[in-house]
Amino acid sequence: MKYVLMFVETEEFASDLAAMDDAERGRAYARVLQWFADHQDKITHHGHLMPADTATTLRLDRGDPLITDGPFVEGKEVVSGYAEIDVADLDEALRVAKSWPACPLVEIRPLMS
Amino acid sequence: MTQASHDELARVVRDHAGQLAASLVHLVGDFAAAEDLVQDAIEAALTHWPAEGIPERPDAWLYTVAHRRGLDALRRESRYREKLKLVTWPTVPEPGDRLGLVFTCCHPALPRTGQVALTLRVVCGLTTAQIAKAFLIPESTVGQRITRAKRKISDAGIPYRIPGAEELGARLAEVMTVIYLLFNEGYLSSGGPQVHSRDLTDDAEFLAALLHNLMPAEPEVAGLLALIRLHRARAAARFDQDGEIIQLQDQDRSRWDHQVIADAGQLIARAAALKRPGPYQLQAAIIACHAEANRWEDTDWTQIVVLYDMLLYLAPSPVTRLHRAIALRYVTRPADALLEVDALADELDGYHLLHATRAELLRDLGHADQARAADERALTLTTNPAERSLLRQRLSWT
Repeated sequence: MKYVLMFVETEEFASDLAAMDDAERGRAYARVLQWFADHQDKITHHGHLMPADTATTLRLDRGDPLITDGPFVEGKEVVSGYAEIDVADLDEALRVAKSWPACPLVEIRPLMS
Repeated sequence: MTQASHDELARVVRDHAGQLAASLVHLVGDFAAAEDLVQDAIEAALTHWPAEGIPERPDAWLYTVAHRRGLDALRRESRYREKLKLVTWPTVPEPGDRLGLVFTCCHPALPRTGQVALTLRVVCGLTTAQIAKAFLIPESTVGQRITRAKRKISDAGIPYRIPGAEELGARLAEVMTVIYLLFNEGYLSSGGPQVHSRDLTDDAEFLAALLHNLMPAEPEVAGLLALIRLHRARAAARFDQDGEIIQLQDQDRSRWDHQVIADAGQLIARAAALKRPGPYQLQAAIIACHAEANRWEDTDWTQIVVLYDMLLYLAPSPVTRLHRAIALRYVTRPADALLEVDALADELDGYHLLHATRAELLRDLGHADQARAADERALTLTTNPAERSLLRQRLSWT
């Protein structure tokens, strides 16, 4: 079954990352790269999003399309990336997600087959 | 139908329906489809058996109905239909199948209410109507919880098997929480006038025993089973003829089931020998101290306080601290216990037992007015009829 792991950043996580020095940040990124390497046989594709302040939202259900800046929900938690994985079941998806070494929230959603 | 034959019917359905569900889920490979078939068979059994009597082979009877209806109902689902055709009698599930089913029903990706409803329906063979009646909620609500849970199992790919070693601890804790919750629900609602309502403590004991048989090396499971049995062994003495609560010190201990108490004590001892203590084992040990005392005066309060200290170390909680304070009263002076209780006053202000305990201690210390005020406060905080009646009685005496 295919699942998408959505990586969700919190304000606290973002400020912790910003406060790191280059060496620390380098090690944090290395852990993420290692995670992708460890699970490469299960990951079908993945992406890292630019920060939420680069988002533009288009509203289509209220007459003329309405363009606003920012993500569609203004919140302290934003999706910052995703990985699509192909595994046997939810338990295996949970095992993969549990070892994620970066942002503190991961939403797991099955892909419609 | 008499209460005895009612209980017998419930027991037979539970013993066989869960087994059949485990086999069919395993053999057909679709949780929702298999579960629907078993539920159909249970409904048919509850219609026929009360009038015709329980058949000699209830399992074969349930299998035949489920199989026949399945071939009919799964007409369009050819892949399940073909698999079901190959299923032959007797369908004996591997012990692992049944255990896997419990873990599926209590999967942490399901909401707690869904876990409870699904476990009762799939593992214990209750109908939706029986679950609704036991929890005093509308049948449609239970139906919806079950439908949603089953849909999530299939859509989100929740597997039906025993979790791997690294997840087992957390997943087992989840299952035990569901069983404990069922037990509490049944325990607190007992004693009322609803004679024919399902005794959930019986289902909780059944589940704990099933889990213990399949996982004998898990001491916390043994602890949970002992805990449930120790409570049930004393259930007959908890209420008087009018359904009023009889407090522990006033209970007729000859009405306790001393054989069950002795067996539970051995169960606790065997679990303790595995040297992996946990909250269920400690709670069971505390209740054993009460259950094994021949008279109220013989209660080993020092031991009880020690056990509460261990429990607080493993699982700190203000409610446990309150119970420790209640025991402490019999080891030291009431004034010391009152200090402890007052220290919890902010945290547990909304909990009736805090105020009821304060009332008892204040009364012992000769502060009758303050005691009355605390009892009155407790009365505003509980809706349980038996507890309310006890508090009212106390207020009328003093």
